Formats: sequence, structure tokens, C-alpha cells
Amino acid sequence: MTAFAGHGPAGGHGFTVPVLQLGDVLLVTLQGELHDGMAEQLQQDITTRISDSRVSGVVIDISGVEIVDSFLGRVLAEIAAGAKLLAARTVLAGMRPAVAITLVELGLTLPGLRTALDVERAMELLGVTTRRGEGSP
Amino acid sequence: MQVSVSEENAEQEPAAYQVSAFLERRREQIAQRWADAALFRTVFTVSRDEAVEAGRAVTAALAAVAAAGRIDDIRASGFASVRDQLGRMAASRARTGIDPDGVASEVAALREPVTELLRAEFPEPYAPEAQEAVVALTVLMGTLRLVVMETTLSAGEELIARQREQLHEVATPVIKLWDSTVAVPLIGTLDSARSQVVMESLLDAIVAERARYAILDITGVPTVDSLVAQHLMKTVAAARLMGAECIVSGIRPAIAQTIVHLGIDLGTVLTRSSLADALAYALSEQGVEIAPLRAAGAAADAGTR
Amino acid sequence: MQASRHAGPASLPIGSDADLAWVRQQVRQAAAELGFGLVQQTKLVTAASELARNTLVHGGGGHVRITPLDAGSSHGLRLDFVDTGPGIRDLDQALTDGYTSGGGLGLGLSGAKRLVQEFEVDSRPGEGTTVTVTAWATVVPPSRTVP
Repeated sequence: MTAFAGHGPAGGHGFTVPVLQLGDVLLVTLQGELHDGMAEQLQQDITTRISDSRVSGVVIDISGVEIVDSFLGRVLAEIAAGAKLLAARTVLAGMRPAVAITLVELGLTLPGLRTALDVERAMELLGVTTRRGEGSP
Repeated sequence: MQVSVSEENAEQEPAAYQVSAFLERRREQIAQRWADAALFRTVFTVSRDEAVEAGRAVTAALAAVAAAGRIDDIRASGFASVRDQLGRMAASRARTGIDPDGVASEVAALREPVTELLRAEFPEPYAPEAQEAVVALTVLMGTLRLVVMETTLSAGEELIARQREQLHEVATPVIKLWDSTVAVPLIGTLDSARSQVVMESLLDAIVAERARYAILDITGVPTVDSLVAQHLMKTVAAARLMGAECIVSGIRPAIAQTIVHLGIDLGTVLTRSSLADALAYALSEQGVEIAPLRAAGAAADAGTR
Repeated sequence: MQASRHAGPASLPIGSDADLAWVRQQVRQAAAELGFGLVQQTKLVTAASELARNTLVHGGGGHVRITPLDAGSSHGLRLDFVDTGPGIRDLDQALTDGYTSGGGLGLGLSGAKRLVQEFEVDSRPGEGTTVTVTAWATVVPPSRTVP
């Protein structure tokens, strides 16, 4: 079951963020350029989805994201904090080395966020087992 | 650009223009002769045509410099078109182990064949106007040599920077200790440049080995000041963002004392006294237990007796 | 808009979310063309993103000038973020980690400063702010110790 969230404030960006529900977990795949407005819209959409579908976990795959600045960092932290209030755990998966180095230098260590090397590991962390080679890049 | 011309230069100018016209006219012959000179021959080993083509470009550049009346100016804009090419040639010579003096004399050797051609232009090769033109050409070729020397020096700097980088990489190997477990044994002083390399190679290894645990062993690091501690904490934080846990091992008693004295808070960093302890921790966290085989062996021995 | 090698300075407007994305892309492309490594590119693009957002949110919009630099064997990139907004009243405070006036994490200016080699702020209350940053595509930063 796939749905799309984050159509952007003006709706004209032509980007969408795929949100996929896998059993008990929402898999959100961020890719490429994410405008500030889209990120905020996504935050709302995810919170709504968690509440509607009563999932127990959220995996945000950022392996396709080239930069995370303090704005996107804040949005990610807030998604996790919001999910926690709705009794769902959030795992940030697939951060690239260059992005991690930059975030640390920026002073943003996202202490409240659980992290995983990739989607498969993130699913493991949430207690969902996937067969190797499926559902992960 | 307006250049104030001194009297001496004003006298030189006609000769410079003459040289410029000559270089334009005889470009092909000069390029052909240079193609056989050591500098061009040894750089362009694949085809002579390439050497000739490079010679044409350099000749054209010299003609432009002379036409601008700036035969003694290494900043003359005419050199711009061949600066890169000269740099590559000098770098190529440097790679074969020839020293800057050697390159300089190879450039100097380019003068003779051109001078010969220039003298041949005059009905009386040693008449005053011929001498003037030869002097202008000599100055111009001297300037060319300086331009090459300059690019050689900057090529040398690049070489040193590259070697330093290679040294950093060689000095910081990332070792896979077990499934999902990598380690970097750090040896020597950990400065900013090196810690950048350590961080990058460790994070790349985490991706490549799908590591859950990364051990930074500082047994071989002589001192830990607040700067080094900061580097360690940054590396730990970056690894955590990627989903791996970092363990700092090999903190000798003296270093532990220093850390406490300096009031450095390694707070969130997981530490172990030795690399072995760190590995044991990483393994047990993954559900792997290390047990001596001796117990089984002893039991077997007991059975045979 | 082509930011090709040896191109002169380019100026981009900063007036919307989409402009921020365009600034990030153009800075990335310019840095890649000048031979910046992946980590250096990422740091510079992130700094540009922070500063462009400051220009948009606090300065009420403006522009960024992207200037390739050439100092002998090393290449660099200078970015000037210019706005004509209210200016920064207390620069020391604005450069403090965690200080925020715009609801962010307060890492914009101070964080961006840590991601580049040179950082300069020129701000006049009521007239506007110019933040200038420079990064160099060095192979390895100069070593502190020589064995």
C-alpha cells in the first residue's frame, strides 16, 4: 500500500515523498532536493498517518539525501518526537558519511533519534525481520 | 593595458616585434625542431605529432608575448594559453625523477635551434640588427624558462600535498575484526588533518562492511589534549548518526588522568581499556561469546585416561 | 545559468523555498567543478543552505553571489549572501550556538561558520546584512605538526 505525501505548499514542485506501510511500520523514503515547505508538509502527513494507521514504527530512509541542514534536521527530530507521543518509534536509516560528518561539524548530533545503517537494519531494530536482499537497496 | 615604457625598453621594442614576426613565420620549423628536443621528446612519447602540436602552441604563445612587447614579463598574458600545458610537461618530467634544475636546462636547450633559425633570417647573421633580435629572443626564452620553473614549483607543492595525503591514508588502516565490527588502530599524533582522514575512512568502512561496531584504538596516541578529545567525540557522533556504535579503546592510565585533569567530558563515549575488551564487548552485544576450547579438550583428555 | 569552469561570478536571487534549492544545486555544481571533494562539497552546500535561509527568513530575501577563486594551484569558492533586511542587532549573540530568533535550532550562523574556512559578517541595523564565506578545495588542510 503506497501513498504519497508532501505535495509542497504551492503544489507545483513536482516532487513527492513515497510513504509505504509495511505491516506495522511506515517506510518514508526521502530523495534528492527537499524544499522547506515540503519537509514541513511531510511532517504533518506522517504524524497523521501514524495516528490513522496505528503503526508502531517509522523508518525514514535518507540514503538518497545529499545534504541535511539544520532545518531538515529539526524536521526529522520533530517527526521522531511527534511519533513518540503517538507511541511509535522512529529510526533514521542510511545517512551518508559526508552528511554525517557535516552534521557533526554543524553541531547537530540528533541525540533523540535512533539510527541504522540501512532500511534492513532499521527494520531489525523495530523487530521486523526482512529477508536479505528484499526491501533494502 | 597602458604600460609605461622606459627608454631602454623602447629601444628593445622593434627587436621584440621582429622576433614576434619571425616566430609567427617560422612556427612550423621551430615546432618541428623542438619535437626532437629532450623536453618535448620525453614528454610526448606516444606520437611525434603531439610534440609538434605542443611546440606550435608554445611558439604561438611566445609570438604573442613578443608582439605585446613584454619579453621579460613572466606575467605576460600571452603565456596564459600555454601555462597549463607547460605545467603538465614539467609535472610529467618531475614524475620521471628529473629535478627542477634538469627541467630548467631542458627548457634552456630549446633556445639554440630557434636562435639558429633567427640568424638565418638575416643576410649578415652577425650584423647589429641581427644581434639585437637574438638578444630579444634570448630574453624571451629566459622568461619562458622562468614560467616553466614557476609551474614546476607549484607542481612540486601539489606532489607534496598528495604524498602527505597518501601518508595519512597509509597511517590509518581500517581493519575488519569480525562480522559487523571494524577497528582503526591510531598511532602517532592526531592532528586536525589526520582526524579528518580517520573519520572519513572509518565511516566509509562502516558502509562497506555494514558495521554495527567501530573501535577507535588510541593505544598508540602519545597524548590526548582537548583538541584530540574533540576529534574523537566528533568521530563517535558521526558514526552514531550512521547507525554504528563507536568504542574508544586503549586509554592508558596516564591519558585517563590527563583527561580528568583537563576536565574533558567524554560523557557519551563508550570506552574500554584495551582493544581486546572492546572487541569482547562488540561480540557479546551481537550475541557472540568467546569461550576457551581448553575445557572441552580437558574433558576429552580425562576421557582417554 | 551555466557555472562553468573559469566562469566569472554568478548572482542568484533568494526569494523562495525553490530559490534555496536552486542555490544548493548551483553551489554544489560550482564546488564540484573546482575539484572540491565530496565531504567538502557537502559542507559548503550545507553552509550555503543555512545562510541562504537566513537571507530569506531574517533578511526578507536578497541574493547570493558565487565567485570562483584561483590562488595558484588551489581553487576556492566565495559566496556573498546579501540582504537589505533589518540587520543583526547583536552579532556576538547571533553567532552563539543555540541562539535563535526565527524558531530554528539556532545553528544557522554559528554552524555555517564551522563548515567553511573563512567567514565574515557585515551587518548594519536597518540597512541589511552581507555574510561572506570562502572555502578552498585543498587536498588536505595544512598539517599542524611535522614529524
